[in-house]
Amino acid sequence: MTVTNTPVDNGVNVDALLGVRTALADTPEIAQFQWRATCSWVRGTHSRSSVDTFYGFGGEQQHKTTFTYDADHPLAFAAEDNGVTPVEYVLVALASCLTAGVAAVAQQREIQLHSVRATVEAEMDLHGILGADPEIRNGFSGVKVTYAIDADAPREEIRALVAQSQKRSAVYDVLTNPTYVTVDLA
Amino acid sequence: MPKVTTVVIGAGHCGLAMSRCLADRSIDHVVLERGEVANSWRTQWWDSLRLLTPNWLTRLPGYCYQGEAPDGYLTAREAGQLVADYARVIAAPVRTHTTVTSLRPDDGGYLAHTDQGSWQAQAVVLASGACAIARVPALYKKVPAGISMLTPMDCRNPGQLSGGGVLVVGASATGIQIADEVHRSGRAVTLAVGEHVRLPRSYRGLDILWWMDAAGVLDERYDEVPDLVRARNLPSMQLVGSSERMTMDLNALSERGIRLAGRLTGVTDGHAQFSGSLPNLCALADLKLGRLLDNLDAWAASAGFEGAWPPQRFPPTEVPSFPPLGLDLRGGEIRTIIWATGFRPDLSWLDVPVLNRKGQIVHDGGVTAWPGLYIMGLPFLRRRKSSLIDGAAADARDLTAHLAGYLRLRATGGLPPRNTCQT
Repeated sequence: MTVTNTPVDNGVNVDALLGVRTALADTPEIAQFQWRATCSWVRGTHSRSSVDTFYGFGGEQQHKTTFTYDADHPLAFAAEDNGVTPVEYVLVALASCLTAGVAAVAQQREIQLHSVRATVEAEMDLHGILGADPEIRNGFSGVKVTYAIDADAPREEIRALVAQSQKRSAVYDVLTNPTYVTVDLA
Repeated sequence: MPKVTTVVIGAGHCGLAMSRCLADRSIDHVVLERGEVANSWRTQWWDSLRLLTPNWLTRLPGYCYQGEAPDGYLTAREAGQLVADYARVIAAPVRTHTTVTSLRPDDGGYLAHTDQGSWQAQAVVLASGACAIARVPALYKKVPAGISMLTPMDCRNPGQLSGGGVLVVGASATGIQIADEVHRSGRAVTLAVGEHVRLPRSYRGLDILWWMDAAGVLDERYDEVPDLVRARNLPSMQLVGSSERMTMDLNALSERGIRLAGRLTGVTDGHAQFSGSLPNLCALADLKLGRLLDNLDAWAASAGFEGAWPPQRFPPTEVPSFPPLGLDLRGGEIRTIIWATGFRPDLSWLDVPVLNRKGQIVHDGGVTAWPGLYIMGLPFLRRRKSSLIDGAAADARDLTAHLAGYLRLRATGGLPPRNTCQT
């Protein structure tokens, strides 16, 4: 049997990503992006959001298809549980952003991944959103992400993957730092 | 109007190292200095500031520290004296109290206007320092009235601060030293920590910079690092010079009672907001330190060097479980904010189009796109040690070699006329 060195392949095109970074130096304006979603009320706490276009690389962009997402509250809140709660979408966003980062950083560092699994737990005190205690915030009091990663690398290098993916994660930044948010009537 | 082959702007360690290298090649030049030699070292800093490099590492072309404490750390004033001694020893052609007011291309060379007349030159070396102006983030504008705001350049010692709590923003070499000293003056200190470079003062019984120098880490070249943008933007190493050789990392600061917070990310309605990312920034710094120590141990093993002590590893940074996410700046707890958020050069007088859209000079290892225009002393200019005094020698030699080649090309007509390189 011949042993060959299989190139590391996590399915991430790192060369393309680095190419974008190089291109940004000459044309910084193509870095200006706008992300969009629309959300329509269905009934009760049930809503349906859809995402299909965004702006970036200097022009209008379109996803392959229109993605839709149902959100609702669970039965225990006397709702119909037609979808996960909005705060759970935040967990999905954080975990998927960090996981994409782990894959990209691993590719760049030539670490072959075999499996990556993130478990996200977010603590919340309902006194906040129910308005029962003004000293308690509406949002999470803390978010904990735990990764189980099987990869061809020593544990310290895997720890470094996870740390670097946080450093470059948009959703991690959104959650850990303040953001201006304005909500207007059209 | 006086003509000279090369004008060097700034008589600090970089400008003088360049002067010495130019003299070695018999290239006539003048060094223009706005104040006295080593002006910034003498005038600009916190009274107790010491170099973070041990004295033996203070090596300049044809000169080095010759005092009796090679393992000590010079104060800023002493460093100023050393640089002044160097200027005298090498008989550098310095024009003191000569402030450059503009530098522009002229007739195939350069024209430097100063408050003491003008100079024509074929080549110019900018050596006026990477730390001329304290950088302060724009959010300072939102800090409520009643809070005093200072930079490390504005204050000399904690006695100049009003009473009450102090928020030190930035945990680089400057920030940690100021935080510690203000804390020792009896004021409550909160330290806002962004990205930082954690280092122990000593490793295996020797100064960490001895290891980094011996193992070649400080010599790492700008064209060899994987991410030069990142390398050039790294904050300074968390090191202080003290006779006790203290390690001043975040653990040491926490133990003394300094409160750690995440990066200062905003000020809204009088409230300072801190990032919740502190645990990851500490993890990144711990991991980076671990990799450095691995490399140093590997170097020691391959070089057959057995340090005084066996390999060491340091406990991870202890991040408080709930570092503050916000602080009411109107509540009276914080009376002073010290912005230890870095420095930048002052090139406001530079009338040559070599700046990028962010106002930073574009260069390749100190060589700008304008033939004959060079810059020195910036972080990772050509090597990891470019921002240390010890880095000036190698950079000055390299740039002098390039500059000499440029003068040869000019002399043989090998250069295109300047106006064809423009735009």
